[in-house]
Amino acid sequence: MIEVELAIVGAGPAGLSAAIEARRAGAEVLLIDENSRPGGQLFKQIHKFFGSRAHKAGTRGMNIGTELLRESKELGIKTWLKGEVCGIEDGHKLWVVIDRNRSEFVKAKKIILATGATENAVSFPGWDLPGVMGAGAAQTMINVHRVLPGRKVIMLGSGNVGVIVAYQLLQAGAEVVAILEAAPKLGGYGVHTAKVARAGVPLYVSHTIKRAFGTDRVEAVEIVELDEQFKQITGTERTLEVDTICIATGLTPLTELAWLAGCKFNYIPALGGHLPIHDHKMRSTQPDIFIAGDISGIEEASTAMEEGRLAGINAACELGYITQEEAENRSREIWDSLNSLRSGYFGQKRRDSKDLMLQKGKEVIK
Amino acid sequence: MKESLKTTGAPSLEELRNSPGFPTREQLRKGPVAIIECIEEIPCNPCEASCPQGAITIGENITNLPKLDFEKCIACGMCIAACPGLAIYIKDYTYSETMALLSFPYEYYPLPQVGDTVQAVDRHGKYVCDAKVIRVRNPKSNDHTAIVTIEYPKEHFDEVVSIKRIVMP
Repeated sequence: MIEVELAIVGAGPAGLSAAIEARRAGAEVLLIDENSRPGGQLFKQIHKFFGSRAHKAGTRGMNIGTELLRESKELGIKTWLKGEVCGIEDGHKLWVVIDRNRSEFVKAKKIILATGATENAVSFPGWDLPGVMGAGAAQTMINVHRVLPGRKVIMLGSGNVGVIVAYQLLQAGAEVVAILEAAPKLGGYGVHTAKVARAGVPLYVSHTIKRAFGTDRVEAVEIVELDEQFKQITGTERTLEVDTICIATGLTPLTELAWLAGCKFNYIPALGGHLPIHDHKMRSTQPDIFIAGDISGIEEASTAMEEGRLAGINAACELGYITQEEAENRSREIWDSLNSLRSGYFGQKRRDSKDLMLQKGKEVIK
Repeated sequence: MKESLKTTGAPSLEELRNSPGFPTREQLRKGPVAIIECIEEIPCNPCEASCPQGAITIGENITNLPKLDFEKCIACGMCIAACPGLAIYIKDYTYSETMALLSFPYEYYPLPQVGDTVQAVDRHGKYVCDAKVIRVRNPKSNDHTAIVTIEYPKEHFDEVVSIKRIVMP
């Protein structure tokens, strides 16, 4: 059994930011991630980030990742890679399987869960053919492993993930045959859709995939128009020749550890579904467990980093490394930044949902 | 349904003309000027600080749309690579008797070469006319967003916004 002051599960943008803040304050931190490299999804974000210039906007995601890793290295943050956290007991004890062959137990005074999210799937006849994959998987292939998943790709889903990955597939040398959106309006930022539109990619609203064809792998896809009730309109089917089908239909928070730990949940569809209830300090209903990033609601890396900082600062405060006053002042600044990231046409809904969650947190967490 | 940013992916001219970063016809005809095709309130402000003339204003609320002061803009192009959305370019109607100039962001390899004849496209990637590459700038400070300048016939001044991606053989 290893004892630490603060254990952080997940070394993505939220976990890394939390670790940096807590370590800088003086806390002893152990950062655990199941992957062989830290950084979460940051290293496949080769595009320039939006946000405020004061918070690294205009910088490519992968460079933000490099910067976070440099800081965490400078601070000497202890990091376990290939470490799967498989259990959590008494709100303080983590069961970690390292390298898939050896167990370690970690007892932590405070825990931050920054476990991220997983891609949603959509099923249709032929969805099990090789060549059908999550958009995030395709993004990992092209931007991390530098392997093109196919030459002719169709993207299902026009949220930011769908349009960004479509653009990056073009950059990697693939042809994107179409982007489909089931809703009557495109989902992603207009600047992203405009980028792929002027590259000649057709975007079809009120459309989905009916089925995929192929013997050993995807060879074609049948698309169909949808009515206002999202019902397929017979007679509108069209077949397109593709070798890859990318699914970008949203993400679901990875909440297993929070469930195991006995955290109370709230259901907020706009943020991805069942989410651990949390307060302004990112504290869950388990007094020594904090959450940050996609586990607390599906958003972007920029918000994940800010939430991670909140969790790190407040965990360090409860460990006695930062005064209450300092923690409150710094938290307030971060909340200002979060509120500005959660405004406008796209952000307001998330802001309202977060407010609901915080209200719930206020009621439930003492 | 009416064609719009949210149905086709590309902003319509009508939507653009109603936004504060898009010059009027008169402003466009006067000389080189930046054009900002950013019509949705997203949290983003790097363009504001990139402008050495202080011609772009977003303000405290970072979801405000960028407002361009066309009197102050000297078309230096610093904003082009600073925009994470690749939504800014520069056009010059006065470039020559028959030709207009367009400088736009380009993030594909291989880059076009000076002197190449390329295919100019509209906001939907549709071929409009041939264009000639005049300049390709890719300084380190742009962080891999190259800026390509093309000349193309003036009669297509409004439609052309980019070029067809050059695909590796």
